[in-house]
Amino acid sequence: MSSKRGILQVVTANDLIEGDAVWFTAAHTWSRSHGDAAVVTSSEEADALLSEARKQQAIIADAYLADAVIGADGRPAPSHFREAFRTRGPSNRFHGKQAES
Amino acid sequence: MYRYDDFDQDFVAGRVAEFREQVARRLDGSLTEDEFKPLRLKNGVYLQLHAYMLRVAIPYGTLSSRQMRQLAMIAERWDKGYGHFTTRQNIQYNWPKLSDIPDILQALADVEMHAIQTSGNCIRNVTADHFAGAAEDEIEDPRATAELLRQWSTDHPEFQYLPRKFKIAITGAPNDRAVTKAHDIGLRMVRNELGEPGYEVIVGGGLGRTPMVGRTVRAFLPKADLLPYLEAILRVYNLEGRRDNKYKARIKILVHETGQEAITAMIEEAFVEQKALFQAPPAALVAAIEASFAPPEFDNTRSLAYEEALVSDPVLRSFVETNVAAHKNPAYGIVSVSLKPVGGTPGDATADQMRVLADIAERYGHDELRVSHEQNIVLPHVRKSDIPAVHAELRKAGLATANIGLLSDIIACPGMDYCALATARSIPIAQEIAQRFDDLKLEREIGPLKIKISGCINACGHHHVGHIGILGLDRAGVENYQITLGGDATETMVLGERTGPGFAAEDLLPAIEMILDTYLRLRDHADETFLEAYRRLGAEPFKRAIYPADNTQGVRADVA
Repeated sequence: MSSKRGILQVVTANDLIEGDAVWFTAAHTWSRSHGDAAVVTSSEEADALLSEARKQQAIIADAYLADAVIGADGRPAPSHFREAFRTRGPSNRFHGKQAES
Repeated sequence: MYRYDDFDQDFVAGRVAEFREQVARRLDGSLTEDEFKPLRLKNGVYLQLHAYMLRVAIPYGTLSSRQMRQLAMIAERWDKGYGHFTTRQNIQYNWPKLSDIPDILQALADVEMHAIQTSGNCIRNVTADHFAGAAEDEIEDPRATAELLRQWSTDHPEFQYLPRKFKIAITGAPNDRAVTKAHDIGLRMVRNELGEPGYEVIVGGGLGRTPMVGRTVRAFLPKADLLPYLEAILRVYNLEGRRDNKYKARIKILVHETGQEAITAMIEEAFVEQKALFQAPPAALVAAIEASFAPPEFDNTRSLAYEEALVSDPVLRSFVETNVAAHKNPAYGIVSVSLKPVGGTPGDATADQMRVLADIAERYGHDELRVSHEQNIVLPHVRKSDIPAVHAELRKAGLATANIGLLSDIIACPGMDYCALATARSIPIAQEIAQRFDDLKLEREIGPLKIKISGCINACGHHHVGHIGILGLDRAGVENYQITLGGDATETMVLGERTGPGFAAEDLLPAIEMILDTYLRLRDHADETFLEAYRRLGAEPFKRAIYPADNTQGVRADVA
């Protein structure tokens, strides 16, 4: 795809205390499941969602936009392997989100 | 071992109390992340992919049993029961909660440890030869100097805002086990023509995105001149180092752009001024530091137990072949404990293993442990007659892997399994390579081999100086691995040469196999190591082996 237009994005961050990955929902809350993330498709929407997310500094750290796709279940899923790893945890030990779900 | 004095203790306690307040203010919302980030980094707290990470300094890689037990306690109480020993002789905890970190730092302070200056643009933890004080080839134990450097550089106001981070490594031996030529400053002990010990000063080495071998700016520096000389180097760097571009800010770029002769002249000029201004540390302080690194009282009782056990126990014999190095006292050996079990994560140790190591060090090792930059643990002083017992204890704890210096003794950074900067994973690559060659039973046949893996160009895994280096990159959203060959991390440092295009994860292992198969076929004799064969043969036969289809084209393109 040649332009950002049409690319799906979600806002993600790390939880302030636990430090684990969280995703910003349409209700402006944070979820530990990528599938709950609000999806934006334009840069205006993306900027607005990110700036809303960054208001919640007291409970998260380092919010940013990440590319996503719509998975087979109709919910947003990560499109890049880095973001996919964040939904699971490390591959050498059964720790992190994969061990919690 | 060096023990904190009141000054050290008060300073560390003060920092713990200060950080406890800073965390409280972050948690109650008084500090934003932008405000808090530099404060947490000053205390070794990083935010990684899945959690915070706490990097704890292990000065010159030296630990007592008591400290190792405390590291185990921390792993169990506040983390997930393990820790990761790094290429900078530190330990990292991968899962601390921010709210627990002040308590962890307090637990560290209780055993004279901290996480200060393990991040940021300051002088980082000084690293040293992990065989210091024990090695047969050593001129002097470099750790008294390393401790002096720790005290001098800790919280030094002039060195808190350097253009970029600054790493110093030191060795007291001619055989460089501390990678001194890949540090901002490398110090190698040498003797002058009068036989007096001093330092060769090497500046501007480093790996990362612009790898460079350090240059010697002073072939012999008397020990008494060390601090003013280092101040001169840092003064030149502070004034002349680039602050406009993070990627050109390390001293290696300044050395490279200025040229060896010109930078040497600048340093020497600054040194004359610095030396005139310099107030030497009190002689009593220096003497106390030196006394704290006095060798242990060796037990020279002769016994044939060791020799007899070697004859009767082939497993022990195999362990000793790789994992025991010559000690300066012939009744002793240096035991390296591999943290690279086949299929394991290089550098990881569980809390139970840390306690076993602490117990062994206390009982058989004069209470000393070392962390090597190769991510193993060293028991520097073990009486040879105790080695069979030590080996038996290690076996029970899953710590007797006999692979030091061999193929599966792989350095690997945490990579994208943990690190926020990584572009690809490193750990699974190390696991696969070790597993594959274990299945093939070729490790001993291949002999000495250093494989080093980094998950991004920052090169924490030292891939440039691996005999075989592997660099993981993100190529259009897929993990891709470049191979370098012929690197050397020792006093004869050479940067490895890239073979060509990278490999997808599933094609990497076959490529490594082909490289090693080529070595086994072409080596002159069984004792010619991989590195020696590579130096004799050059890159071509290895490239031909891993790029067969493109070979003719590739060669022609090179010639043209």
